[in-house]
Amino acid sequence: MPGVALRGIQKSFGATAVLRDVTLVAEEGEFLAILGPSGCGKSTLLRILAGLETADAGEVLIGDRRVDSLPPKARDLAMVFQSYALYPYMTVGQNVALPLEMRRLSAWQRVPVLGRMISGAARRAIAADVAAVAAPLGLTPLLARKPAQLSGGQRQRVALARAMVRNPAAFLMDEPLSNLDARLRGEARAEIVALTRRLGVTALYVTHDQGEAMAMADRVAVMQGGRVLQHAAPQELYDEPASLDVARFVGSPPMNALAGHIGEDGAVVVSGARLPWQSTARGAVMLGVRPEGWVPAADGIPVVLERIEHLGAETLCHMAGGAVLRLSPEASRGLAVGQGLCLAVNRAVLFGPDGARLPLAAARREPAFG
Amino acid sequence: MVKRVLTHLALLTGAAVMLAPFILMLSISLKPPGEVFSPHFALLPTQWYAVENYTAAFTKVPLLRFLLNGLFVTLCIFAAQALTALPMAYALAKLRWRGREAAFAMVVLALLIPPQVPAIPLYIALWQLGLLNTYAAIILPSTISVFGIFLMRQFFRTVPDDLIAAARMDGLSEWAIVWRIMLPTAAPAIAAFACLSFIWNWNEFFWPLIAVQEEHLMTPPLGIAFFSNAEAGTSFGPLMAAATVVTAPLALAFLLAQRAFIEGVTMTGVK
Amino acid sequence: MANPHRAEAIAGTLLALPAFILMWLMLLGPAVAVGLLSLTDWNFGEPRIGFAGLENYQELWGDRVFWISLRNTVIYVGVSVPATVLLGLLAAIAIEGVGRGRGFYRAAYFLPVASTLLAMALVWEFMFHPSVGFVNQVFRGLGLPTADWLQNPDTALFALAAIGVWQNLGLAMVLFMAGLKAIPPDLYEALAMDGADGAWERFRRVTWPMLGPALVFVVAITAIRSFQVFDTVQVLTEGGPSKSTEVLLFTMVQQGFTFLRSAYGAAITIVFLVLTLAITLAQTTILDRRAHYG
Repeated sequence: MPGVALRGIQKSFGATAVLRDVTLVAEEGEFLAILGPSGCGKSTLLRILAGLETADAGEVLIGDRRVDSLPPKARDLAMVFQSYALYPYMTVGQNVALPLEMRRLSAWQRVPVLGRMISGAARRAIAADVAAVAAPLGLTPLLARKPAQLSGGQRQRVALARAMVRNPAAFLMDEPLSNLDARLRGEARAEIVALTRRLGVTALYVTHDQGEAMAMADRVAVMQGGRVLQHAAPQELYDEPASLDVARFVGSPPMNALAGHIGEDGAVVVSGARLPWQSTARGAVMLGVRPEGWVPAADGIPVVLERIEHLGAETLCHMAGGAVLRLSPEASRGLAVGQGLCLAVNRAVLFGPDGARLPLAAARREPAFG
Repeated sequence: MVKRVLTHLALLTGAAVMLAPFILMLSISLKPPGEVFSPHFALLPTQWYAVENYTAAFTKVPLLRFLLNGLFVTLCIFAAQALTALPMAYALAKLRWRGREAAFAMVVLALLIPPQVPAIPLYIALWQLGLLNTYAAIILPSTISVFGIFLMRQFFRTVPDDLIAAARMDGLSEWAIVWRIMLPTAAPAIAAFACLSFIWNWNEFFWPLIAVQEEHLMTPPLGIAFFSNAEAGTSFGPLMAAATVVTAPLALAFLLAQRAFIEGVTMTGVK
Repeated sequence: MANPHRAEAIAGTLLALPAFILMWLMLLGPAVAVGLLSLTDWNFGEPRIGFAGLENYQELWGDRVFWISLRNTVIYVGVSVPATVLLGLLAAIAIEGVGRGRGFYRAAYFLPVASTLLAMALVWEFMFHPSVGFVNQVFRGLGLPTADWLQNPDTALFALAAIGVWQNLGLAMVLFMAGLKAIPPDLYEALAMDGADGAWERFRRVTWPMLGPALVFVVAITAIRSFQVFDTVQVLTEGGPSKSTEVLLFTMVQQGFTFLRSAYGAAITIVFLVLTLAITLAQTTILDRRAHYG
């Protein structure tokens, strides 16, 4: 059963189309990352799911219920905002308790001051739930503090606690780590994944950081220009990108895109070098090679080495023209700046000039040099 | 949706109440004496008396003179305020000198003093100097605007120090920096300040009432009060015409420069 | 330049000097002078001035008119400030909420603030006319009681207060609008997600607490402005009928300038100053406390 589904979503703000016929389904319990550059519509999509925006067309389903016409509070979703959106004049405890108060207390019980007199039992239950959620996140000693007195990492956890406390059908997270120091981000990533896994809850996570998406998600949906380009598990995204845009977005350093040509004989020719790769396509093409997908060899694509980065565990060799080669430190010993090399291609994908994926097969495998 | 319509209705009713005096003022200024006090309420006159009323307004009292006085006084005041406040604001914001903190404390202290407090001693001093009943009497007390100093200082603090360092290296004197660098950078704040100064001083009644007795020196509010006393209820049409003429410059200026006015007012909240 | 710091110090002092001198000449000096004057027995034009200690204040203490004046001023402030602040807040929330027509409403509500109170007071005088005045015509139509607003000692002060509210409402509104704009919108979105999307909950949990500092500020500003009520009294009622609209500044002008009792007027001025400072002090203390414990 799908945890959450968006089908055929269209949305425009005035004359600008922000989402063009987007369909995305997250399975129950799945951690789905929505990855894309600024302006690709990912946040808008999340907000439509939450009910903070309405789509111009399309359906939103939670479980198997259509929720398009329901306000956010009726959709049983929880959201963690980029700025955390903690209520500044309430304590941490009150912040986390609010969703429960709104759900479990009647309007009379919520009347300030006097309402407390008629809701003792309910409030005690709420306090217990708050404590239960605060403990694993390490927030117990902070419950009486106000958000202004907390660090960024602590505030982030309060935002998580507030989302968790309701046991929602799904968590929605809009770049929740972008305001944290790089140092804290790694820990926070692990915490979030562990948390959602433990709760078994569906999670949708919007980010522009491809490393984050790849590290955290079960599946990643890559978006650009209001469309979903590909929706697959991280490794598949990496190895089998559906288009050049996806290929360039995922992976760091990005995939090299080499301009080439296929003649009548079906062989791929790049920079004058005839490669042992065949395709049924013809004409101008782009050959996608990841930095670890090629090696120096006796013959292959001619390049000139412009810059070497020794990163300890690996060496990145930057060629004139922008291509990047990834080698182990041993393999790169002896290479010098300014040197001319030939690179044989071990793994590649083929794209047309419009970025669409084309068939590619190895003619015969060249053994890797060294 | 319904809520929105109801809110609009409420706001429109409120707007009607807020604008009613202006509309009424205009309406009466167009009516002949017979219709002004008619028990039957009508916005537009059956007999157009506009020409007569407005002519009477300008002839029964020197209304034009009042307007010119108002213009003259507000211009002189703002010029003096700008000339003194901007350099001090710059000195407080960007320069280091002995007594700076004390001077700023005094500015803040002065902000707390309502403008009517210095009235009696100022009156006595001006009397001793023989300056009562002159333009100087009206203008002098308002030449200092501590509000302006405060506002400009806050604004000047946001100007990057590097900009000033570069100007110094280019050979500008500190005085030149005030007018060539700080002024353009703080243009919106100064525009707001100018608007506020203009409104405040055009409408000022308390001090001019005390400082000046003679008709030919009167500022618009004084002139109106004078007109009202002199004609004691007989010429209501012309009185309203005069009131319209006096309020019009501000109303028009406000409508044209709403943004600057309101921003200036809002900046008082940025303490 | 041998010593750049010295040059900067000289420049700073010179640039600040004119304003500094004017500030002392026109504001601070006279403020001190008023205090000193209140301790003398001088009347305007007398050749000699003598020290009188606290005699003026003692006379003030026993002066029936002064107490009436003070009482009226307090009533005026006590009535017009809550009305101004409340209506200004409601208007700000309503206008921010509807989105459309914002410019028009803002202009309409703020126009009275920019207008010449003197001139508009005369219009209001006409509006308060017992038989043909706009106010009574509307009230009659709505079935509300009418009165001779400005001539009846029971209603005159409140009529003036109404004019005061009319004039200051726009200012309160604009200040509140700035405060409302400063509230991060995602707080309301978080509320919506948490299940609180009704107007009351939004107001109570986000709008009201976030407006706290702005509220204190607006109340203080409005109170100080109301305290300075003068123009309407001077031109419409002259303190009457039966001293029902005698207010502090009017009494000060009467004593200090009409009756030429300069020292006595100075004493009244000092009372006026102290009360204004008290309001400002209250404002700062409340805001300070909020910043530390809020």
